[in-house]
Amino acid sequence: MEFHSILNSLTYLAPEITVSAALILVVLFDLILGKNKKALPVIALAGMVAASFFVFQQMTFNGFAFSKVSQPWINVGMITVDSFGAFFKSIVILATVLVIFFSFSSEEIKKSFDRLGEYYTLVLGMVLGMFLMISASDLLLVYLSLELVSLSSYVLAGFTKLRERSSEAALKYIIYGAVSSGLMLFGISILFGMTGSTNLYVINSLLQAPNINHLALAFAGILIFAGIGYKISAAPFHFWTPDVYEGAPITITAFLSVASKAAGFALLIRFVKITFISGVAPSGHWQMIPAFPWKEFLIVISILTMTLGNFSALWQTNLKRLLAYSSIAHAGYILMGIAVLSNQGLIAVLIYFGIYAFMNLGAFFIVMLIANKIGSEELEDYKGLGYTMPFLGVTFGMFLVSLIGLPPSAGFIGKLYLFIALVDAKMIVVAVIALLNTVVSLYYYIKVLREMFLAKPASPSTAFKLSPLSLILIIVMLAPVVIFGVYFNPIVEFAKGCVTILGL
Amino acid sequence: MYMENNFLLTYLLLIPLLGSLLLLFINKEKESLIRWAGFGIALLAFILSLVIYLRFDPGQSGFQFVNKITWISKINVSYHVGIDGISILLILLTTFLTPITLFSSWKSIKKKVKEFTFFMLLLEVGMIGVFVSLDLFLFYVFWEAMLIPMYFIIGIWGGEQRIYASVKFFIYTMFGSLLMLVSIIWLGVYAASFTGTFTTNLLDLYKIGPGVPHQIQVFMFLSFFISFAIKVPLFPFHTWLPDAHVQAPTAGSVILAGVLLKMGTYGIIRFCLPLFPQSATEFAPVISVLAIIGIIYGALVAMVQKDMKKLVAYSSVSHLGFVVLGIFAMTTEAVQGSVIQMVNHGLSTGALFLLVGMIYDRTHTREISNYGGIAKIIPLFSFALMFASLSSMGLPGLNGFVGEFLILLGSFKSPVLNSWAYTIFAASGVIFAAVYLLWMYQRVVFGEVKHQNLFSLKDLEKREIAILIPIFIFILWIGIYPGTFLKLSEKSTNTVIQQVLVNPNTDVKVAKQ
Repeated sequence: MEFHSILNSLTYLAPEITVSAALILVVLFDLILGKNKKALPVIALAGMVAASFFVFQQMTFNGFAFSKVSQPWINVGMITVDSFGAFFKSIVILATVLVIFFSFSSEEIKKSFDRLGEYYTLVLGMVLGMFLMISASDLLLVYLSLELVSLSSYVLAGFTKLRERSSEAALKYIIYGAVSSGLMLFGISILFGMTGSTNLYVINSLLQAPNINHLALAFAGILIFAGIGYKISAAPFHFWTPDVYEGAPITITAFLSVASKAAGFALLIRFVKITFISGVAPSGHWQMIPAFPWKEFLIVISILTMTLGNFSALWQTNLKRLLAYSSIAHAGYILMGIAVLSNQGLIAVLIYFGIYAFMNLGAFFIVMLIANKIGSEELEDYKGLGYTMPFLGVTFGMFLVSLIGLPPSAGFIGKLYLFIALVDAKMIVVAVIALLNTVVSLYYYIKVLREMFLAKPASPSTAFKLSPLSLILIIVMLAPVVIFGVYFNPIVEFAKGCVTILGL
Repeated sequence: MYMENNFLLTYLLLIPLLGSLLLLFINKEKESLIRWAGFGIALLAFILSLVIYLRFDPGQSGFQFVNKITWISKINVSYHVGIDGISILLILLTTFLTPITLFSSWKSIKKKVKEFTFFMLLLEVGMIGVFVSLDLFLFYVFWEAMLIPMYFIIGIWGGEQRIYASVKFFIYTMFGSLLMLVSIIWLGVYAASFTGTFTTNLLDLYKIGPGVPHQIQVFMFLSFFISFAIKVPLFPFHTWLPDAHVQAPTAGSVILAGVLLKMGTYGIIRFCLPLFPQSATEFAPVISVLAIIGIIYGALVAMVQKDMKKLVAYSSVSHLGFVVLGIFAMTTEAVQGSVIQMVNHGLSTGALFLLVGMIYDRTHTREISNYGGIAKIIPLFSFALMFASLSSMGLPGLNGFVGEFLILLGSFKSPVLNSWAYTIFAASGVIFAAVYLLWMYQRVVFGEVKHQNLFSLKDLEKREIAILIPIFIFILWIGIYPGTFLKLSEKSTNTVIQQVLVNPNTDVKVAKQ
């Protein structure tokens, strides 16, 4: 590859470079400053702010980094920069910034004060991995970035060393992760064997040929999906989720449930769309290569995922586990939007994800604040919380209402657009199943509301002072949940501007 | 149709909405200030609705006081409100009952007064919103937004089993309304294939709905209908109602029976019939049979209740059966009877719930067997209970008679139902109503005084009389001169029937009339 081409690529890689720089700075300052860890989160935040600047520039970019000009018939690269990627990168940045702020007020993280350097390094490592995952258009990079994210998150899940559950969570996470990435690697090797290329665009152009072995391709597709499905905790690759979410520090749980899912979904959509598409109809529907029935496959997976998630959540008594299952269910709703395989479905997915990020992070943050105060995440200890901590109770209630998807909250708008996309694609049965799932989910969400507001407080009201930072954070997350419920033009417009995936 | 924007209905929505937000700034210790403020806000809304009534022109058939503001242009959703002769009656009922219930709960609601008043006003916003929405999206938002205040009203201030009842209420209603949501979207997408854009504008959909292919129309009709039937509640979707009613505080029961149930029947008139006329006429016999089962079943179950509140709750199932029967008879008399019966039921059942609540506040029991012979001890109460019971069972001269008579008359000559059997069976419900109400009355009011502590009962106080008198005035008014109210709804009722019957797709042998 020519030097010139590499230099050109650097402009496309600005966010990744910024994150790497911040990562190195965190490591260095951790060594230099010794006991004084106050600067570390500031560096991490500064890195994210700088990265967000470059990501916003990428909203209008379209291009490839490290493109292979040597292949005359196609000009494609390992890293694809487009507005679709920029959307998910901004979700990752949003989640990272919020989680860094969460970490300021988390008791769990404060206890491991001497290892804060590790913590922020790993978080930034994950962000780097997720950025690459979102942009990857080469199977090699797909695998590497996925591993980078996974390895960082294994350590983070077990970050509170002294808690047994935390270590157990990390171990389970590794085992499941190893298996699914092994499966994925197998799938990648099959795909490589069939086409002789690791570049998704090249693979796509080769798959257009009529004499493709359907069975091998289906096999490869499913195996690769196993690797991605594990990241987005789609059934049947979701088994790690509740244990890890429960055992990990809450900040990391929140991070995994939003950022790592965002990266996983971006990868899934990009992989499916670039590799298997044969054209886009004027109506916005993607015409897929008939070799692998992605639509049916994704429908089945999404129905499985949401149903399993919702029904398992019914029996949970631990808030973190409950939210873990709820996030599985939400992954199911989002998969349903992908299964539409159209630009309209993609817009719905983006809208849903944008809203999901706020409401899920908000819910986890409040669970964390409450755990800081009462030292428990058990539903039983939430009795009468709406009266002992009215502000947290009411705001938590609003996040839950949005997670249910009741109007006039933003969660409803997310669901509405998903349903419109489904009905428009004549997938009524799927929509009805999703709706029945929503009714099931209603039960466990209002179970929390019930404990907080309808049950008598177990302990007399204790004075609870919310720090100004926490207050601001809650308002920052609550405002979109409330405002987008009534006035959702901005988020819809934003999502519509971000559907460009380079390729056909 | 007035096409210029008229903001009166918007103000009507804003008064309780802003009022409820205003309440949040009052210190919760100042309970009497909160009570007065809540009552004042609700009264203000009532006065405004009277202004709307005075300016309402019953001679017009279209929607009046229309206010349309583009909300989300991309999917063609707008804030679009307006009323016709059917909705104005229900709005008046809502704004009339809300201050009364707030006033009535001054003594019975002792804890968390601020939250209670807040939720009641929020509920009023939702209820008015449902009756004025001319956009399905807006309608759905109001319809769902109302669930949360009602959930808390039952769940926080209710009786022993309140948590179970509130969760059941929530899940039942939510199930129904999500079905409706899919249909709304379906309809909007279908409209897009004609007009090019997704739309939820009711007036546009009125033109499109009847043309939906038959098989799809059946599903859409059913999903709308089941959602409304759960709310009504029509047999066999009624099982949430007794729990919710019995557990809710008096104010909650009154609002639930008085207004919330009417949203179901209103929805049927406003959406099910005009949007899907073909399916509506096809299903009319089946639904009418369900309605009649509801009438008789509700009455029989009411007869054997030991708890007064449960008795009144089951009587609602029976009364609402009449309303549904009237709607699906689809004659002017029957539908008008249904509309007036919705108001009647709100007044009579509201009064009965209030009276049961009043005596419960004194004795803390609702068991019929714990009473007896109170006629001599508290004559005013006994008279009021008599009056409300008679009105509920449909004694000529009181309001219930007008509605039931019109419904029975209308269904008898209905070309859609085309059989007198419906009327005969439904009429038996009137007799049953007399049985369970009079029997309850006899056991509670007459006979031996069974318990010594009944002797110390105090009769109705001035506040309670003040609550009941306005209701009784309307009960008499409708009973003696229903023309005031029937005149309002006549044009609009005819419009709805025209939309259903004068439709190329509906196959009704009108000649048989």
